[in-house]
Amino acid sequence: MCLAVPALVVAMDGEMATVDLDGVRKAISLALVDGVAVGDYVIVHVGFALQRLDVEEAEATLALLREIGAQADGDNGASPA
Amino acid sequence: MKYVDEFRDAGIARALAAEIARAVQPARTYRLMEFCGGHTHAIARNGLADVLPAQVQLIHGPGCPVCVLPIGRMDQAITLALERGVIVCTYGDTLRVPASGKCSLQTAKAQGADVRMVYSPLDALHIARSNPAREVVFLAIGFETTTPTTAVTVLQAQSEGLGNFSVLCNHVLTPAAMHAIVSVPGGIAVDGFIGPAHVSTVIGSAPYAPIARDWHKPIVIAGFEALDVLRSVQWLVCQINEGRAEVENEFTRAVTEQGNRKAQELVARVFELRTDFEWRGLGSLPDSALQLRAAYAGFDAERRFGVAYQPVPDHKACECAAILRGQKQPQQCRIFGTACTPETPVGSCMVSSEGACAAHYNYGRFRTPA
Repeated sequence: MCLAVPALVVAMDGEMATVDLDGVRKAISLALVDGVAVGDYVIVHVGFALQRLDVEEAEATLALLREIGAQADGDNGASPA
Repeated sequence: MKYVDEFRDAGIARALAAEIARAVQPARTYRLMEFCGGHTHAIARNGLADVLPAQVQLIHGPGCPVCVLPIGRMDQAITLALERGVIVCTYGDTLRVPASGKCSLQTAKAQGADVRMVYSPLDALHIARSNPAREVVFLAIGFETTTPTTAVTVLQAQSEGLGNFSVLCNHVLTPAAMHAIVSVPGGIAVDGFIGPAHVSTVIGSAPYAPIARDWHKPIVIAGFEALDVLRSVQWLVCQINEGRAEVENEFTRAVTEQGNRKAQELVARVFELRTDFEWRGLGSLPDSALQLRAAYAGFDAERRFGVAYQPVPDHKACECAAILRGQKQPQQCRIFGTACTPETPVGSCMVSSEGACAAHYNYGRFRTPA
């Protein structure tokens, strides 16, 4: 029920925006989040952007996770992918 | 999908699981409750319980709004649909929630009631605009993730002067339910919580601090993908090993300490606390749900149509209540997978894909011995 997905904002028209979800385009409301711009990722829930996705934080988390994966590959004698 | 697929990497998941296995103390258990149905679903779908060491026990929590909706609340919607000629709009999951007399919104629709599934509350608003001669009621359910969207919808209806639209409000509050879980007399021993993902994007991480402090329970807010869940387990194990009970945020890409202030303000403008609200499984909890403020009484379907809530006991064989409290596992219910399946659910936990029973039925029922 609380499912929400990150989607890329590709166009804006006042309080509404068009987002792209892997090629699927959908009109959503921006009434809950100020300052959204085209090119931002937003977390979409029941037709509303709930929050802007912090891309820097996402990349920082992914970098840490990849490090853990690479470390494990190294321990197993495999070369990191 | 960008920022989804990367957080499902199987190799990294195995590496995280191995780190967790190294971190656990062999002689103790770590009983971790995933509060949200979204986490329950992610755990079942990705087989996370299988890769974790035996010391880590994941306990399903009450964070599935469909699951905690008591029968009497569904009865109100069905009464409106069948007896008042109202168009009832609602999210897909609620259509199949069993109500009194083996009825559901789906069976009401089969009997001729005008029940419509919507993706967004704005779709319900559109139906109201398109049917000016009919009353349209949106059956609103959900935790703090969903509540702001209902608030915006009510404000939009007001600004448009839509006189035929109202909301049957069943919005509930996460911290109240979490408090109920830790304070239930003779309740379960939980060592820590995997905290809500999208609820926390709205309310922030701050509201969990009193629970962590007063009940000495570590809480790690986690995203809904496999790697998020494993990382939160790792952090919880670490806190428990060190005797800490703090609120930590694993989901920093979407959650801040203060959350979404604009959403919080819109919710506060439209809604106020109910004195009490009955939850399936947790009973009647004070200050645990919202109702429309008096200024929006015209949009409150309960007041508008005079459909008062009447408590109704659950089906006698159904163990949803104990499962929602974390006291039983789905397979301990004697009708699980026999009389009660996702096609013909007896209890609400078998309805939503996030319900503990449905998640277990769909992904894991052949793994765990009864």
